[in-house]
Amino acid sequence: MLSGKVALVTGCNRGIGKSILEKFAENGAVVYANARSVGCLDDIAQELSQKYSTKIIPVYFDVTNNSAIKGCFEKIRNEENRLDILVNNAGIMKDALIGMIDQKLMHDVFNTNVYSVINITQYAVKFMRRQKSGSIINIASIVGMEGSPGQVIYSASKGAVIALTKSLSKELGVYGIRVNAIAPGMIDTDLIKPIGSARIDENIKKVVMGRLGKPSEIADAALFLASDMSSFISGQILVVDGNTII
Amino acid sequence: MTNLEKYVKAFTDSFEISEDQVSALEYQSIVQWDSVGHMSLIAAIEDAFGIMMDTDDIIDFSSFEKGKEILKKYNVVIE
Repeated sequence: MLSGKVALVTGCNRGIGKSILEKFAENGAVVYANARSVGCLDDIAQELSQKYSTKIIPVYFDVTNNSAIKGCFEKIRNEENRLDILVNNAGIMKDALIGMIDQKLMHDVFNTNVYSVINITQYAVKFMRRQKSGSIINIASIVGMEGSPGQVIYSASKGAVIALTKSLSKELGVYGIRVNAIAPGMIDTDLIKPIGSARIDENIKKVVMGRLGKPSEIADAALFLASDMSSFISGQILVVDGNTII
Repeated sequence: MTNLEKYVKAFTDSFEISEDQVSALEYQSIVQWDSVGHMSLIAAIEDAFGIMMDTDDIIDFSSFEKGKEILKKYNVVIE
């Protein structure tokens, strides 16, 4: 479904990002796979490249580092000179009750979850505007739509991702660039483990389908939005949560 | 093609104007050089010189002359 397309996926070292990387590789995309820790994607990149006869290129940088972002896009320009798909997946979750939210927490969460998305997208659009095509997929969260106690900053950051997705879709549609977001519910990744199994079990009761989602189920949604199967879909927030009632 | 010729061509192609109009151009001095036209101009200049401009420079790129100054940062000399 993605043969001949070039993608950049941020935050590929684990969870949803890793699953999207695998899904895109399986579907024939050339993937620039981002992570922070140098070397952490080398093995999987080699494995996926061989298994699916495509190219997976690790690009190691912190998404909050603007000069590193630019370096990544210069590399893409020099090697492929096009970009068809951007998945803004990298994000952090830091929780605190109101009254205990310090400036650093606010800054860190918004820097990674919102400002980096804008910065990376600005570079990606340079390619897509010229091509008059492209698909940008932002990974949001259902808490960005519904809110969640103890997650004022995280939910606000994901709410911002949803808002910028809608605005970008309106600004960029004229260039044939589609912009959508996926709002995952509770997904079985390392991100939710710190809350403890008791709270996870409690949260599962809110999911009508009665289980956590799998990272691969988010990757399926990303594949759909990245591919031409969704060629007339833009400005949408695709909720993938097993019908969660918060 | 010299750098100056490439630079002028970016303006004439982006704004569909003649060469004799470009030297005095400033942002929003003609209807074509609005915010949308600006992004087209920047794309044309980036393509012409194989560079990727920083956001601050894109914002500062306010005239034909100012653009020459900015491009020096990218080792592009317009003479």
